[in-house]
Amino acid sequence: MTDVDYVYESPTSGSVPSGSAVATSDGRDGARTTTQGASRVSSASPSGTVGIVLSHLRDVWVITRRSLVHIMREPMQLSDVTVQPVLFTVLFVYIFGSGMVIPGGGSYTNFAIAGLLTMNLVTSSMGTGVGLATDLATGMVERFRTLPMWRASVLVGRTISDLLSAAVCATIVALTGLVVGWRPEHGILSVLAGFGVALLFSYALTWPTACLGLIAKAPESAMSIGFVVIFPLAFVSNSLVPTNHMPSWLQTVADWNPVSAVTSSVRDLFGNPNPVPLHQGWPVNHPLEAAVVWSLALIAVSAPLAAYLFRRRTTD
Amino acid sequence: MTMMIEAQGLTKSYGAVKALSGLDLCVPQGSILALLGPNGAGKTTAVRILTTRANPDSGSARVAGFDVHHQGPQVRRNIGVTAQDVTVDGLLTGRQNLVMAAQLSGIGRREAAERASELLSRFNLVEAGGRVVKGYSGGMRRRLDLAASLVAAPPVLFLDEPTTGLDPTSRAEVWDVIRELTSQGVTVLLTTQYLDEADQLAEQVVVVDHGRAIAEGSPDELKRSIGGARLEATLSRPFPLDTVASALASYVSGPVRATHEGRRISAPVTTRTGLATAIVRALDEAGISVDDVEVRQPSLDDVFFALTGRPAEETQEVAAA
Repeated sequence: MTDVDYVYESPTSGSVPSGSAVATSDGRDGARTTTQGASRVSSASPSGTVGIVLSHLRDVWVITRRSLVHIMREPMQLSDVTVQPVLFTVLFVYIFGSGMVIPGGGSYTNFAIAGLLTMNLVTSSMGTGVGLATDLATGMVERFRTLPMWRASVLVGRTISDLLSAAVCATIVALTGLVVGWRPEHGILSVLAGFGVALLFSYALTWPTACLGLIAKAPESAMSIGFVVIFPLAFVSNSLVPTNHMPSWLQTVADWNPVSAVTSSVRDLFGNPNPVPLHQGWPVNHPLEAAVVWSLALIAVSAPLAAYLFRRRTTD
Repeated sequence: MTMMIEAQGLTKSYGAVKALSGLDLCVPQGSILALLGPNGAGKTTAVRILTTRANPDSGSARVAGFDVHHQGPQVRRNIGVTAQDVTVDGLLTGRQNLVMAAQLSGIGRREAAERASELLSRFNLVEAGGRVVKGYSGGMRRRLDLAASLVAAPPVLFLDEPTTGLDPTSRAEVWDVIRELTSQGVTVLLTTQYLDEADQLAEQVVVVDHGRAIAEGSPDELKRSIGGARLEATLSRPFPLDTVASALASYVSGPVRATHEGRRISAPVTTRTGLATAIVRALDEAGISVDDVEVRQPSLDDVFFALTGRPAEETQEVAAA
């Protein structure tokens, strides 16, 4: 560090006298400045909105890259987006598919892939909460808290790296689906839009799970609280079975479940069979709008909540 | 003189526990202040407040001229922090940790890489720099942690027990680094449980207990105030403390304490030629046989006892005659 040039710059406020160099009344200090140099007080901050946005984006990218390095170092972390989708897809298509008749016709495989896509993405969104809880437990966040970085980048960076692994998950579901006989009927753009809707929803879900991770005392408890919430959410829906045969009350729950709206809109965009439920209602008749509204609402509510919880958790 | 750290009347409670009850601090630029005290004295709480990780219940503090409560971002731009627990990323390499910390301090990619190389060589981590931190020894992690707090060349450095758990060699290395930094004008606040560390490094020592400063001054002033050296002796078998105390009465300058069922005794003494010989003789004449005797410089324990009349650990005591 000897080659670092320390030059004292007076901060703009406080008890440090204003003026340029260390021109204090104490001559000894002044002498020290000229001979050895003194440390630099910085009051510089990114100037202008653009500067601030750019520095925030850079912080987000640094945190995202950190998570990606973690994944490369411990690829088993990715099992929930690599092994699990293959397993679920094959199991559900061959086991459920063998005895399932889709109201209105069509193959179970074509019916199920959109649902399996949604279900796998929903369960993998727990990774965000667990990852944050782990960071809090290892003390890494303590270091982040003392750096002049954008605080929320710890959250945003994590959700973005999890979105990237969700994209891997989606790709694997699609490839496995193609192998077991799934065939989308619509054009490539429409199919991509279907993946987009599913990924938007899974990104939105990372924010509530981030909140869970910030509340949980330990990574394990984040995981177990998460499953209690995530599994009913994934299963009480039209993802794997048509809702027509559910008890009436359950059917109402399933029809209003955002997971159903996402699955329905993905089926529509894929051009796959999408049986109309017996009950009617806004989300059933407008699945795409419902999926987008649900996603945006989840982000709008839980992202600020996560930022608040993060500040509360990391400030005594 | 420019004050880089100033705190007035800091108080902080965690539930029913009062961690700080009115702490004042003042650290001039380029100097080292040591907060000396036992576990739970409030040292870490003080550091957390000054590094913007905790808000005081009352009182105010400025670091590098910025208010820690209202100007958090400006404060963070001017500090380096080594927390008590090591805060490096176990899954990244040493180099990646430093580059990440530099980039998050607003340093560009190329400069961040240069800073990382420079700090790795300075902390003897060049070879280890490319390895994942999970495989580092405790000492290597601590050095990396310290390096990470220096990436942005901060003018104010907070070191919360920087040498706890380090072997003597690493400890001396850390001390050298701290001295070098202050010679360049960096202001350092460090917390420690070791009097010798404060003695080695600090111009100013503040002894904290129950969240309050109970003494402050230069290490020499402190040592003088507690009466300098101490007698430590191990007796062959337990003797009544009264007997021991009266045998030693003309040599000790304060109360005699006994631990280990009366086998280990300690008392403040004023050093003079032939003191140990005289003490052994006096004990022998009183029929007390001695296994081991030592006249040593004061420890935190002694400072504590002298300042609070209360030992850091549970011991028996009796006033010297």
